Amino acid sequence: MAEIQIKGVAKSFGSYTALHDINLTIQDQEFVVLLGASGCGKTTLLRIVAGLETATTGEVWIGGKRVDHLPPKDRGIAMVFQNYAVFPHLTVFENIGFGLRMKKLPNDEVKRRVERTAGLMHIEQLLGRYSGELSGGQRQRVAVARALAMEPDVILMDEPLSNLDALLRMEMRAELKGVLAESNTTAIYVTHDQVEAMSMADRISVMHQGRIVQAASPIEVYRNPAAEFVAGFIGNPPMNFLPATPQGGGRWAVAGQVLDGPQTPKALKFAIRPEDLRLADHGLQAVAKVIEPLGAHLLVTCDVNGALFRAVLDSDLSVKPGDTLTLAPQSDRIRWFDPETTRAVA
Amino acid sequence: MTATDVSSGAAQRRSGHYLYAASVALLCAWVLVPLYFLLINTLSSPDTVNSFPKPFIPEFDWGSLEFFAGYEGMLKALKNSVVVAVLTMIMSIAVGAPAGYALSRFEFRGKGLFRMLVLLTRAFPLPLLALPLAVMFIRTGLDDTAIGLALVHTTLAIPFAVLITFSLFSGIPIELEEAAWTLGCTRFTAFTKVVLPLILPGIAASAIFAFVISWNEVFAAAVLTIENRTLTAFLLAKLGEAPLHLKFAGGFILVVPALVFIFAVRKYLFAMWGIANR
Amino acid sequence: MTPRYLPYVLILPVTLFLGVFFLYPFALVAKQAFTTGGGFTLDNFREVVGYWKFPISLKNTMLLAAIVVPVQLALALLMATMVNRMQKGRDLVLYVWTIPLGISDLAAGIIWLAIFEQSGFLNSMMTGLGLVDQPITLLGYQNPWLVFAAIALAEIWRATAIMLVILVAGIGLIPKEYYEAAEVFGASPWKRFVKITLPLLRPSLQTALILRVVLAFEVFAVVVALGGTLFPVLMGQIYSYQFDLMNGGGAAALALIVLAISVVFTLIILRALRVPKGATI
Repeated sequence: MAEIQIKGVAKSFGSYTALHDINLTIQDQEFVVLLGASGCGKTTLLRIVAGLETATTGEVWIGGKRVDHLPPKDRGIAMVFQNYAVFPHLTVFENIGFGLRMKKLPNDEVKRRVERTAGLMHIEQLLGRYSGELSGGQRQRVAVARALAMEPDVILMDEPLSNLDALLRMEMRAELKGVLAESNTTAIYVTHDQVEAMSMADRISVMHQGRIVQAASPIEVYRNPAAEFVAGFIGNPPMNFLPATPQGGGRWAVAGQVLDGPQTPKALKFAIRPEDLRLADHGLQAVAKVIEPLGAHLLVTCDVNGALFRAVLDSDLSVKPGDTLTLAPQSDRIRWFDPETTRAVA
Repeated sequence: MTATDVSSGAAQRRSGHYLYAASVALLCAWVLVPLYFLLINTLSSPDTVNSFPKPFIPEFDWGSLEFFAGYEGMLKALKNSVVVAVLTMIMSIAVGAPAGYALSRFEFRGKGLFRMLVLLTRAFPLPLLALPLAVMFIRTGLDDTAIGLALVHTTLAIPFAVLITFSLFSGIPIELEEAAWTLGCTRFTAFTKVVLPLILPGIAASAIFAFVISWNEVFAAAVLTIENRTLTAFLLAKLGEAPLHLKFAGGFILVVPALVFIFAVRKYLFAMWGIANR
Repeated sequence: MTPRYLPYVLILPVTLFLGVFFLYPFALVAKQAFTTGGGFTLDNFREVVGYWKFPISLKNTMLLAAIVVPVQLALALLMATMVNRMQKGRDLVLYVWTIPLGISDLAAGIIWLAIFEQSGFLNSMMTGLGLVDQPITLLGYQNPWLVFAAIALAEIWRATAIMLVILVAGIGLIPKEYYEAAEVFGASPWKRFVKITLPLLRPSLQTALILRVVLAFEVFAVVVALGGTLFPVLMGQIYSYQFDLMNGGGAAALALIVLAISVVFTLIILRALRVPKGATI
């Protein structure tokens, strides 16, 4: 059992606060992705869990044991670093076996485990090489194998795929997901890549300015973003926003259209994903500005009442800049946000 | 452009190339020829060294070197030089490397001030401080000892040791150490198992640099030693009375380690100034 | 993972060392210079400055620095740019050019003595070429300018290497793109040197000049080897105050004067070559 509990963790560097009161519980064998833009505090949080950084306040519990005063080696974790950190003076074999040797395991056990994890990562034929003779992708595999060989309760990954090229990243993504699922470890994975987060995570924890804005399953984060930031950060292209004025009785005026919404007297923001728009007879009047054919779809950037508005439409459609489109939002996909708190309103 | 323009341009480029090659050769000769003259004198018999005109090829006679080796106190001075230089080498790395590590890995209050102190010593005519140290050493019994002089030479070598090791440690990504910590190392074992193997050649180079600083130092050595003179101090004291062949053989013995050491550290000479001077 | 006190533990040895062997003796020199058994006095300074050899050794030291340092700077810059565009044999040439870095001033003095002494190689060459019939006394009181030239040559020969190393390292830090950009905009090699290399090299020039100027004021063993007493310099005077005249106060006062000159020049160089904030590479 290796449940991770982060209780009220905060971190400041001098007068700058990197993390505010973070609370997060990660179930045994859960795969949690910390997602956010650079500087949001996600790496700092991971490093606090690893023990590479000390929290200013708060507690970290792993497997029912309080660990925030223990050095990394006593926390039952393994970590994969962004730049792989494959030791240049050791062979691949010795790199993967490094942690096992530190544990003083017998030679045949080290050999067995190294060969098994090297097999998992498909690098059996590289065991005699040095880091300088490996490609970036191979180094990545060594770094993962080195972490897996420890058979840790918890594996921590800090943007492990960000230095690979796009194709390799896609390949490794799927492979990593499979290997980790088999290894039965609890995983925390830091990334700024939403596609990586969506495709790998059991749960995504979206971070912004040192706070967790939402922690939920990928589809929940996508469909029901808890805050404007999440709506704008997740999804490519991101969600569209338009100001909405209350008409009373749960009726809202949005760019000249009247729509059903929540029962509240103050002004809200109307939000809809670009792919949840359809051409119809009644709807928002949008003037097409830029048309980008993406193969599967047509991305149309429009102007609705002076606001920027994107729609993903069928690629067979013929649209020219300047055309006026009538776009109907799919009613069950409409979301509302309070502009003051930026939180979602049900 | 006509055909002649093209060919005269090529000719100009070619003559420029020759000029360049010739200047490189000339500058190499400027360094090497005086050394060659010293070599001739060293490998000639004392009679030849004092005769005129001089031959321009060495006669490979060991007379001068034998005279040097047999000269009263010379071998002892040579031994002292080696002892002091080795002590300096050990002390300056042992004392300097931790500070270099601290500068490259930590942000701490007073770091700027500490850097200033280290850089300041480099801009000071340090041998001058040998004068009061002489008094201090007499009081503490360190006067005229190898360890006393080595302490002063270590002070000379420390700024270099700190700056060189600082730039060496900075060249090793902190992630490697962190990876070792997550793989079961303490701070200390991570250092010995990961950082040290990677940095050892550089440490050796800076140790050699410290050796050369001590080996070559004249003023403090002359001030602080009387009976246990180092080679430089001994030669300096004998400059007035010693015969020519002794001076040249002594000079040659001084130069040889320098040639070997500069060759050994040549890869690191540049790295240490690259980062260290900002 | 990092105890708060660890960096201080690590810098403690150096701090102690420099405290005991740098700051403390420095304070002692200052104290000795300003006292003569009793309280505060400037007598030591009056005495050394009033001594007949002081003006001449000050003049010699300054003159030597004024000739040697600019020549070394020009030579080091030339060598550094030559090495920079070299493709073949770069390592070998650099090794040869940096050999003098490991050679002490005493050894350098002896090396040049082999050339300039009466039965030395310069006289051998001149008689061989028929320029003179008899070997002439080159390093004698008859030829003060020759003594000076020999010392200057030995100093230039010996200590250009340290500047070269610093400048080569500095040039290596300048990104090649700047030169390519300048070339695209039509700058000649000379213009590229003046407009890109020199300004971007300022931090390295600073280091190189400070180090060389300070060392130039400390010139001692080369002078003893080549000129003996014919060419008095400040460092030599300190040595003779300490040992021949047994006057520690005088030596300390003179040491402080050398120190003051060094500090003044260091400040001048820092000011002249300062890099505006944010204008670094």
